[in-house]
Amino acid sequence: MIQLTNLHKAFGSQNVLNGLSLTVPDGQITAIIGPSGEGKSVLLKHIIGLMQPDSGQIEIDGESIIGIRRSEMNRIREKFGMLFQNAALFDSMNVFENVAFPLQEKTSLSRDEIRTRVLSALEDVGLKNVEQKFTDELSGGMKKRVGLARALLLNPKIILFDEPTTGLDPIIKRAIHQLISETHAKFGFTAVVVSHEIPDIFDIAQNVAMLFRGEILQFGTADEIMNSTHPVVKQFISGSLDGPIQMV
Amino acid sequence: MISAAIRLIGHVTIVSVRELGRIGWFLIYSLYMIVRRPGSPLQILKQIRFIGAKSLFVIFLTAAFTGMVLGLQGFYTLTKFGSEGMLGSAVALSLIRELGPVLTALMVTGRAGSAITAEIGIMRITEQIDALETMALDPFKYLVTPKFIAAMLSLPLLCAIFDVVGIYGGWVVGVKLLGVNPGAYFYEMEKAVVWRDVYSGIVKSFSFGLIIAWIGCYKGYYAGHGAEGVSRATTESVVLTSVLILVWDYFLTSILL
Repeated sequence: MIQLTNLHKAFGSQNVLNGLSLTVPDGQITAIIGPSGEGKSVLLKHIIGLMQPDSGQIEIDGESIIGIRRSEMNRIREKFGMLFQNAALFDSMNVFENVAFPLQEKTSLSRDEIRTRVLSALEDVGLKNVEQKFTDELSGGMKKRVGLARALLLNPKIILFDEPTTGLDPIIKRAIHQLISETHAKFGFTAVVVSHEIPDIFDIAQNVAMLFRGEILQFGTADEIMNSTHPVVKQFISGSLDGPIQMV
Repeated sequence: MISAAIRLIGHVTIVSVRELGRIGWFLIYSLYMIVRRPGSPLQILKQIRFIGAKSLFVIFLTAAFTGMVLGLQGFYTLTKFGSEGMLGSAVALSLIRELGPVLTALMVTGRAGSAITAEIGIMRITEQIDALETMALDPFKYLVTPKFIAAMLSLPLLCAIFDVVGIYGGWVVGVKLLGVNPGAYFYEMEKAVVWRDVYSGIVKSFSFGLIIAWIGCYKGYYAGHGAEGVSRATTESVVLTSVLILVWDYFLTSILL
């Protein structure tokens, strides 16, 4: 279980996280929604220890990750996979090498076993015959799929998705959402998905948290958030220009 | 007004001390990682190819013309004292003790140091370094230590090539064009150059290799946002490395002299 308690984070004079608390239930998909620039990606980076909060507590399965040694953090990170906003594939490697990389570095599997597992992971995300392509030869949707295959390969307990469908066309978006939903059903990981895709994200998430001004304004099931009467949540979901969320 | 000035001085001091701490920590951690997890031999070889082998052409060119200029200038000066026979030793000592290590390092800084910063900087801004960390892999093992090892191995070798090519550059001008006795050119050189001179050149270029990798990797690792951040980091890397090489050269020369 991921437990965030009273997190504060500021960049200079700008408070990004302002006393944020959130509990992410195990084995479910939790979506984090909220206006752009509210710190959703920053929140994900805190969860996986890429950033440290100014104050507050982050616990992964009951273990605090604040101020721990790098080796301890790496042990906890073994539980994670992450799909970055732009997939963060290694541009000096082809697709096969990208997906195989964590296996080569972290396991003692033979070449043949690695090959079998990489091809199977690529097939799981609907990719065939792309192993030799380099990342600049892939479309945005294909990059996300390769990133997902890489994230899934070590069977992580928790996967963080940072805007997995940003910049994709509606059909690819739907396909990626379906892929997240199917792989979740197959592997049973805990998923935290930062997304702007309203209302599509409600179709795959069991829980939704609304982040606003550095705090979780509302947390509930997808249905509860969809039917929320809170003016901020309501305005965000409807996409209305009138309401408490002001365009800067 | 006064309080604003004090605040500014305080801010600049804090930022500078923090930067110094970070750059110092980067070096210590890199050296620790070289001992503990130096990276795969293949990665180190790739970097030696990039930093060393691919710099050969520019080193040949620079060395040849540096040696030729030394031949010209040395002949002009030595003729005034009737000692043009000493040209070989003058060219060799200048190259082996000073110009070889420094010019090799400056050339490699321009060619490879800037590329190291740009490569790591782009990996930083495209979250590839974050991706390594999320896989519980230490980015230093893959990105930093192979470059340190490669630079520290390549620079002394490149410097040795620079010295030899430079000496022959001086020979072409001094002996073939200006008529210095070929026997005297090499005989005086053999007499004047001692192991200590060669040793000082090796120590210098080894430490310059460390500086190139250190600053190149550091500036890339902490590159700012976007293309502008990488561009700024690359410029800063080349300028800082070049200055550090010249400053460190002075101190090292005063120790090794």
